[in-house]
Amino acid sequence: MIMDEFLIRALLAGVGVALIAGPLGCFIIWRRMAYFGDTMAHSALLGVALAVLFDVSITGAVFVVAALGALCLIALQRRAPLSSDALLGILSHSTLALGIVIVAMMTWLRIDLMAYLFGDILAVSWTDIAVIYAGGCIVLGILTWIWRPLLAGTISAELASAEGLKPERARIVFMLLMAAVIAIAMKVVGILLITSLLIIPAAAARRFSAGPETMAVLAAAAGSAAVVAGLGGSLVWNTPSGPSIVVAAALIFLMSLVPGRMRRGNAAGGGMQ
Amino acid sequence: MDAATQLPEISPRPLIAAQGVGVRRGARWLIENVDLQVHRGEIVTIIGPNGSGKSTTVRAMLGLIAHDAGRIDRAPGLRVGYVPQKLAIDWTMPLTVRRFMTLTAQHPAAAIDAALDEVGLGAFSDSDVQVLSGGEFQRLLLARAIIAEPDLLVLDEPVQGVDATGEIALYELIAELRSRHDCGILLISHDLHIVMAQTDTVICLNGHVCCSGTPQIVAESPEYRTLFGARAAEALAIYHHHHDHAHLPDGRVVHADDADDHSACTHPEHIHDHG
Repeated sequence: MIMDEFLIRALLAGVGVALIAGPLGCFIIWRRMAYFGDTMAHSALLGVALAVLFDVSITGAVFVVAALGALCLIALQRRAPLSSDALLGILSHSTLALGIVIVAMMTWLRIDLMAYLFGDILAVSWTDIAVIYAGGCIVLGILTWIWRPLLAGTISAELASAEGLKPERARIVFMLLMAAVIAIAMKVVGILLITSLLIIPAAAARRFSAGPETMAVLAAAAGSAAVVAGLGGSLVWNTPSGPSIVVAAALIFLMSLVPGRMRRGNAAGGGMQ
Repeated sequence: MDAATQLPEISPRPLIAAQGVGVRRGARWLIENVDLQVHRGEIVTIIGPNGSGKSTTVRAMLGLIAHDAGRIDRAPGLRVGYVPQKLAIDWTMPLTVRRFMTLTAQHPAAAIDAALDEVGLGAFSDSDVQVLSGGEFQRLLLARAIIAEPDLLVLDEPVQGVDATGEIALYELIAELRSRHDCGILLISHDLHIVMAQTDTVICLNGHVCCSGTPQIVAESPEYRTLFGARAAEALAIYHHHHDHAHLPDGRVVHADDADDHSACTHPEHIHDHG
């Protein structure tokens, strides 16, 4: 009975995170922000360390640190003489290292670093699940609200603002949404693997999508399938749950590459005459 | 629309006006003291060599970059349709022609079909945008820009990636859209030849406005000849040259005396009512 309940909690938490991560992951792919997302996720460990140090909510602290990290990155990209590639590399690893160092220095506390780095989905509580679903509703609600300016700005920021949209504002809101997803998803797959849950299901959905909206929905579905398959696999083979979910997602992505009849792709060429 | 055989009416109040506008990067002025107006029903073309500040001027007028001197006035509630210079849509984003039309605002399906038909892309509405050729994609950008019935259409090098015949057809389409939708058009071009024939006002830019006026006046001005050298004389010849045929968007040749003539007459004074 107890076995059943923790499994149900894990499934609910994992599927909840996948539903949020899929649509956001599409934008990460379209905007070529995979490394950016990784950097934000790595800074989350610094958030964990600070939260423990000042005895505040871990989810809240991770959100704040990841959001601040993203805003710093945007500011630095505008003025720094370095390429954003190099900047991301510097920030990504220095925040991760700083987080580990601070955690290690707090010798009076015992923090399970592995649980934060790779996730501990089997340990989620009902409170965690409430946070995931309430936070997820807010994140997806805001994403729907900024969808048009964000999508138009992804294709051309100049075009969007010339025609009266506010793509820059949408971009900053999107960063905050990413920070929120990282804070919410950390417990499920861990800091090091969050980006994969954002990107891999979206990539798997690409081939079967006719439009951006379809791709967002399919990405959420592919992510949910990966959670179910990954959790199942981790129980059967007694493997760590977070990495198992990522492996399942990667397998789904590989399957999406298998050649076969495409659902569409007829270019309607030469239809003029 | 019975404005046949005459220039579309140009209203006295400009849609957008720049006065003494300057944009600076560090110590260097990219453009300086630029005066420019676009009225409803008018096609204004900015020409100039590379690095002369054509795009900078347009981007400042659209408010995409800040200007450091002068003033820019827009008519209240001005609706802008924009065709940017560079736009590549990555394969990672699934996007059909139809979905692309509603990128910045929602439109009814009938309006989308009408706009696509207008630029000759009616048969492509369910294709992915990535499979379109250069010329087809430029026409899609045009259709997307006009669907919201903008007051001002801003086109930054709209014939990029289009071959010579496609270029002529595209400029003719632009002139046609102007008279059909009664909007003002601000056009950037590095291409002197064809653009002159379809333009009401030419602004010759090289950091500042070298000369401006009707194509005739600009083409005959010494500043213009200095700036463009030998090609200038050629452009003038083109301006006086009358086409006896034109091309439909799909490349078919249409002669001036054809009954279903769409765009055979390239000169403003010959613009017919196509309704």
